Amino acid sequence: MKHDKYTALLTFPVRSMTQLTKTAWSMVIECPEVAAKAQPGQFVNLLPDGSFTLRRPISICGIDREQGTLRIVFEVRGKGTEALSELRAGDSVNMLAPLGHGFSLPDKNSRVILVGGGIGTPPMLPLAQYFGKNAVVISGFRNRDAVILQEDFAACGAKTILCTDDGSAGRSGLVTLPLEEEIKAEKPALICACGPLPMLKATAALAETYEIPCQVSLEERMGCGLGACLVCACRTQDADGNEQYLHVCKNGPVFNSQEVIW
Amino acid sequence: MADLSVNICGIPFKNPIIPASGVFGYGREYEQFYPLSKLGGISTKGTTGTKRTGNLPPRTAEAPMGMLNSVGLQNPGVDAFIANELPHLLSCDTVILANIAGSTPEECAEVAAKLDKTDVHMIELNISCPNVKQGGAAFGTSCSAAAQVTKAVRLATKKPLCIKLSPNVTSITEIAKAVEAEGADAVSLINTLLGMRIDLRTRRPILHNNMGGYSGAGIFPVAVRMVWQTANAVNIPVIGMGGVMSGEDAAELMMAGASAVQVGTAIVQDPYAPLRIIDELNDWLDANGVDKADTLTGSVKPW
Repeated sequence: MKHDKYTALLTFPVRSMTQLTKTAWSMVIECPEVAAKAQPGQFVNLLPDGSFTLRRPISICGIDREQGTLRIVFEVRGKGTEALSELRAGDSVNMLAPLGHGFSLPDKNSRVILVGGGIGTPPMLPLAQYFGKNAVVISGFRNRDAVILQEDFAACGAKTILCTDDGSAGRSGLVTLPLEEEIKAEKPALICACGPLPMLKATAALAETYEIPCQVSLEERMGCGLGACLVCACRTQDADGNEQYLHVCKNGPVFNSQEVIW
Repeated sequence: MADLSVNICGIPFKNPIIPASGVFGYGREYEQFYPLSKLGGISTKGTTGTKRTGNLPPRTAEAPMGMLNSVGLQNPGVDAFIANELPHLLSCDTVILANIAGSTPEECAEVAAKLDKTDVHMIELNISCPNVKQGGAAFGTSCSAAAQVTKAVRLATKKPLCIKLSPNVTSITEIAKAVEAEGADAVSLINTLLGMRIDLRTRRPILHNNMGGYSGAGIFPVAVRMVWQTANAVNIPVIGMGGVMSGEDAAELMMAGASAVQVGTAIVQDPYAPLRIIDELNDWLDANGVDKADTLTGSVKPW
């Protein structure tokens, strides 16, 4: 007596599934109504098949309104994402989307620097598409085996700078070195970043030093994804310096870097 | 179509399914999915005397057949609740249970007194939150403390008063009898079971608060047992909750003694869960020739 009519409202076909690296997967989901509404920086909340209770929030990597699809790129981190990686074209996935507050974007002729670290790189792609040749995309990975999406960024016309921790691909070292060089070369109107917390913190610090607006996409263990259950808390301060917890799922995942208490 | 209506403390509910406190906020996030009038009632996010920021994240972790949470009663305080949330909730054509909590019996009584002047239908006093240092489960784990806080709140309001009980006790029936003796009109149970998970890589607890409340399908048999024991121990209605994921689960909890059923973790997973559970309960009643949902309550035939 399971009432499938409600489940059907959240069920979408998987159009394609591609393995990008040993651990990273690209999934294209057929969801015309969701794609029509989705904005860069928003996320989807996927329920893996099996005995999982919590959904897995994953940022949107591609919005194709003509095809009516969303693309997500995610990394297998645990059992839930492993189950998601086992989906194939023709399967269906239980998804709540689009969710959250995305990037607030200036005119597309503005110079922007997009900073992605590891599996934080995918949400930079819709931004690179929007800003095209006016975007500089700086991506950092552990090593060459972890590198993803560089051709996609180049196809947008963006300038791409690749860094790896061990120098096995692109430049050796952290993304903050080329970030500072690019800032000094020509001050951008905006910096957008997603990746590990230390990278975001360092990026936000540089943005503050050079007085450049900076938007960061954050991650936190999440529940409902809608702003009701209040588990995905992010420590922030308002303009008057009053501390408060906002929520990654509803107020974010994208925050102004100055709101966040690092 | 069975008659799903139930009556608790003189309050008519159109059906027995109520989103539990904490998972549903003040309902606003769910109105994009369906009108709140479809619900039997709503138990609102726990409200305290003044604003609380809640606990440091991470506040949740996956667990076998469920999840842990440690929110720590983040809420804007009772004055903001009454000014900004309650008017809209009361316009939604469903029963509103205002869930309240506090660090002291005085704080709980103050919150109840303010709500007593509103049109809220019922007050649900949470004496079982496992995630706060003061009050919370400290009230709900001893008979004398449970009695003391119930007495204070009882003096502050004439509204129907439901006490939400903790399962983290030696005998839930003793606590239930203690609050009944101090004038509680109903009890709701069970709150979450205290649990913990550890990240093997970092050797740190996943929750920043180290421990948190375990909820979801895994606690359902504990809920059935405690509802059954409690319903047999007191003469006031029992609102059951704990791991209800389907209409059949709701029917089972009602047979154990629940007059209505709250749904929590199922909603965290699926916003449509309450509507699905209402439909499934109705289907079960129809398929089994039961005309009225309220005849299920306490109808278990124990060995």
